[in-house]
Amino acid sequence: MSTVPEVVVTGLGATTPLGGDVASTWSAALAGTSGARTLENDWAEKYGMPVNFAATIAVKPEDVLTRPETKRMDPSTQYAIIAAREAWKDAGAPEVDGTRLGTVVSSGIGGIWTTLDAWDTLREKGARRVLPMTVPMLMPNSPTGYVSLEFGAKAGAHALVSACASGAEAIGYGVEMIRSGRADIVIAGGTEATIHPMPISAFAASRTLSLRNDDPAGASRPYDQDRDGFVIGEGSGIVVLESAAHAAARGARVYAKIAGVGLSADGYHITSPEPTGDGQIRAMRDALANAEVAAQDVVHVNAHATSTTVGDLVEARSISTVMGAAADRVALSATKSMTGHLLGGAGALETIFTILAVHDRKAPPTINVANPDPELTLDLVRDTPRGLPAGDIAALNNSFGFGGHNVALVVKNA
Amino acid sequence: MAYTEQEVLAGLAEIVAEETGLPVDTITAEKSFVDDLDIDSLSIMTIVTHAEDKFDVTIPDDAAKDFNLVGDAVNFIVGAQA
Repeated sequence: MSTVPEVVVTGLGATTPLGGDVASTWSAALAGTSGARTLENDWAEKYGMPVNFAATIAVKPEDVLTRPETKRMDPSTQYAIIAAREAWKDAGAPEVDGTRLGTVVSSGIGGIWTTLDAWDTLREKGARRVLPMTVPMLMPNSPTGYVSLEFGAKAGAHALVSACASGAEAIGYGVEMIRSGRADIVIAGGTEATIHPMPISAFAASRTLSLRNDDPAGASRPYDQDRDGFVIGEGSGIVVLESAAHAAARGARVYAKIAGVGLSADGYHITSPEPTGDGQIRAMRDALANAEVAAQDVVHVNAHATSTTVGDLVEARSISTVMGAAADRVALSATKSMTGHLLGGAGALETIFTILAVHDRKAPPTINVANPDPELTLDLVRDTPRGLPAGDIAALNNSFGFGGHNVALVVKNA
Repeated sequence: MAYTEQEVLAGLAEIVAEETGLPVDTITAEKSFVDDLDIDSLSIMTIVTHAEDKFDVTIPDDAAKDFNLVGDAVNFIVGAQA
């Protein structure tokens, strides 16, 4: 009789608006730093773009990668490769049979820079000047493909796409690959590189972006009364998932367990969250049941909370419903207040934050909440980190996406 | 104005260096794209695309297919200039 393998996290990697690696990103988050800044270009003026700021990546990939690498990979893949290399090294570069190693690296939007550059080239110079690497660079599975090549991962290379839930869904799928016996180790996470005038203009057109041009660092303000939309961010977060037995056999350092995965769809509207939170509630309850964790054991939630007027409160009500009487014990953090919204990278980066919160017993702060929304009844961690209790604890990370996707992951201490 | 053979070699070496990361001074006429520079077919086509743009010539796929040495490409480009 076989038992389902337990899944642990043995490596972390990231490149984000707060830092070029996990250590710098996490310390900046604990310090309550904003990664949003005014764009250093003329896009707003040139195109009449209503937003002139974003949470741009802190360390440019050209400072880390070789010139041929930056030429052959879309920025979304470059970020993923940087984060994956860090995560792999952090995991101790484990010796593993390639057929037992998988990758699940998602992007919500794909290689948009490559797509649009190629279109510009086509229009300006004709079809003969479109570069042969265009297709392998723009395809949304390019990040997972390149990560698979880099580490010789042959158990499967996947790229689930669910908009802003993609990074979390990728980690959830990686967990399932190990549980089902397809792999011993999976490199999983998300990436996004959409700080380009077209997607910014398109998000602005959907009226989802903050227009606080005069105060970029104060623009992402989840749960604040004066929130007016999200701040577009970029970067990648990658984790190394491993079966507990495999990690133990090689004496690997374990950060935490990914104990539960909950997935649902709203089936309601292509962009708006279903107002009762039914889908979100089902995802969180399924994740807790999957982890065999009771609501009262959850001490921390990293909320999806993007700083939109409607979305933040729907999620807060959903969390209150799931936690019930135990809601008072939950330290709620909205880290997009600092990182901006990494779209397909968000769910992975926030899973890393949740893992580190459990590991370090420290919930990261939410910044820019000058006046909490009166409808928020949960205990929001504001401005400075909050200590989490000793003993066995669990935390939730929520990620939701356009299309009605809901993903909840349960993290437990090792 | 036509490019001289030396100018084409220098320009092509820059393109190859960008694509491969190899030092530009190691890319000489007698080097083989595949055996010496470890360039795959997709990269050769990328180099051809950049070279067409830079030297304002057309390099048909049939011609590019026969490029063994860097010098073969240089000779073709020099000859193809109007």
